[in-house]
Amino acid sequence: MNKSINELQDEVIEEFALFDDWMEKYEYIIDLGKDLPLIEEAKKTEDRLIHGCQSRVWVEAEVLDDRMCFTADSEAIITKGIISLLIRVLSNQTPENIVKSELYFIGKIGLQEHLSPTRANGLVGMINRLKSEAIKQLAK
Amino acid sequence: MIPFDVHRVRQDFPILQETVHGKPLIYFDNGASSQKPHQVIDRIRHYYEKEHSNVHRGVHHLSAKATEAYEAARKTVADFIGATTEEIVFTKGTTDAINTVAFSFGETLKPGDEILITGMEHHSNIVPWQMLCERKSCVLKVLPVLENGTLDLSKLDQFLTEKTKLFSFVHVSNTLGTVNPAKELISKAHSVGAKVLLDAAQSIQHMPINVQELDCDFLTFSGHKVFAPTGIGVLYGKKELMESLPPYQGGGDMIEYVTFEKTTYNTMPLKFEAGTPNISGVIALGEALNYLNSLDLQGAFQHEEALGKYLRSHMREIPKVRFIGEAPETCSTLSFLVGDLHPFDLGTLLDQQGIAVRTGHHCTQPLMQQYNIPGTVRASLAFYNTHEEIDRFIAALNRSIQLLS
Repeated sequence: MNKSINELQDEVIEEFALFDDWMEKYEYIIDLGKDLPLIEEAKKTEDRLIHGCQSRVWVEAEVLDDRMCFTADSEAIITKGIISLLIRVLSNQTPENIVKSELYFIGKIGLQEHLSPTRANGLVGMINRLKSEAIKQLAK
Repeated sequence: MIPFDVHRVRQDFPILQETVHGKPLIYFDNGASSQKPHQVIDRIRHYYEKEHSNVHRGVHHLSAKATEAYEAARKTVADFIGATTEEIVFTKGTTDAINTVAFSFGETLKPGDEILITGMEHHSNIVPWQMLCERKSCVLKVLPVLENGTLDLSKLDQFLTEKTKLFSFVHVSNTLGTVNPAKELISKAHSVGAKVLLDAAQSIQHMPINVQELDCDFLTFSGHKVFAPTGIGVLYGKKELMESLPPYQGGGDMIEYVTFEKTTYNTMPLKFEAGTPNISGVIALGEALNYLNSLDLQGAFQHEEALGKYLRSHMREIPKVRFIGEAPETCSTLSFLVGDLHPFDLGTLLDQQGIAVRTGHHCTQPLMQQYNIPGTVRASLAFYNTHEEIDRFIAALNRSIQLLS
């Protein structure tokens, strides 16, 4: 049985509650970034690139058994770590659930500053891309 | 005059007492924008509480008062750079000032005329000229930058010829910190009959600027980088030259007499100030320069120079640090990379430790392309920064590198 988006969000929030300070938190995000599977160089194409990020981010979306699968990559390791959290929460979910999901975990784990559009790491752009890939699927 | 004392001066800047992520703020992003002393902040409040009205308009008391304060600020700016008040045009900022010249001076150009810029220009000193070249079929030339971040002066004669109508270059590079030999370049340009625009956005706050000594034809800078608010800037232009140019924008204030058939224009500088200006910004800019004049500015600049040297020497001790820009003449701006770490990651971890630096391409993408890097981390200092802050910055940087490695 697949976990729901909110169950996965709550899991992430619980994990982050264990950290005492920013260093532990970022150490964890950096480790997640290092573990994120890479996108092969040939797939780092313009149409997979999310614009508006200070570090380039590529997202690849596939559909397996009516569920969305995302892979992503970035030049910056912290960005990769944050993407990996997003993917953990949104990957392997149905397009419908992705489109209507409300990603409250970002604020709860103290990454809300990354949501500011001026932040230029493109977290907002990433979320929009993941959701628009799901919308595309629904329209098919 | 009281000798420069950084700890006393810091008391004038309320924001420097703030904390970020629970740590005392270390503001090393002065190249992007400087912080404001309370004198400037108070002056804006005073203006709106006691003096606000439109300028150059009414006969009533407030209008006269606002106009007086506005024109007094123009005098302060003129005196600060060794110009006359007729030569000071208020703009929105450096970008707006350069665009003004690109339009008005551009109107005097013919197809095939050349504009020379350098490889270390900010986008604001590239794009307006590209737009002009497209409009007027002119040619944009770019003086190359050497690996160490200085201009390739051996190629100057090749690029600066009698075809060159304008040489527009940056006094201090916002990305590399390089201080260009302005006086020498200006006199070279004049020897082939070219006019010169000096972009002083990154120099006005770091060194004394005198337009007569430099002999530049145009000079531009932004208020917000020199302790004044955003949205206000200065275009200096030699009086005769500015009088010979057509205006940039049409509207109120810039006219002498309007009929539906023909309009005659106001004299300098109002000819270039169409519409209601940023009155509070102008007055606050004047106040910012008054504030600088009240300091032991020479002492402040010396302190800043010492900080720059201290920063560079301590940064050299960090393994795998690479400076982007190693010109012999630099100001207190330092761009760097550490190994193959991404600037964004370093910037994010420094921010967690209360330190504001700039990361990215610094609006100089062609320069990034030349160095083949995605961007840099840039620490840019002001006279209110301290040696202790640099020590904390170095420690925080080392900690960030450790986390990322």
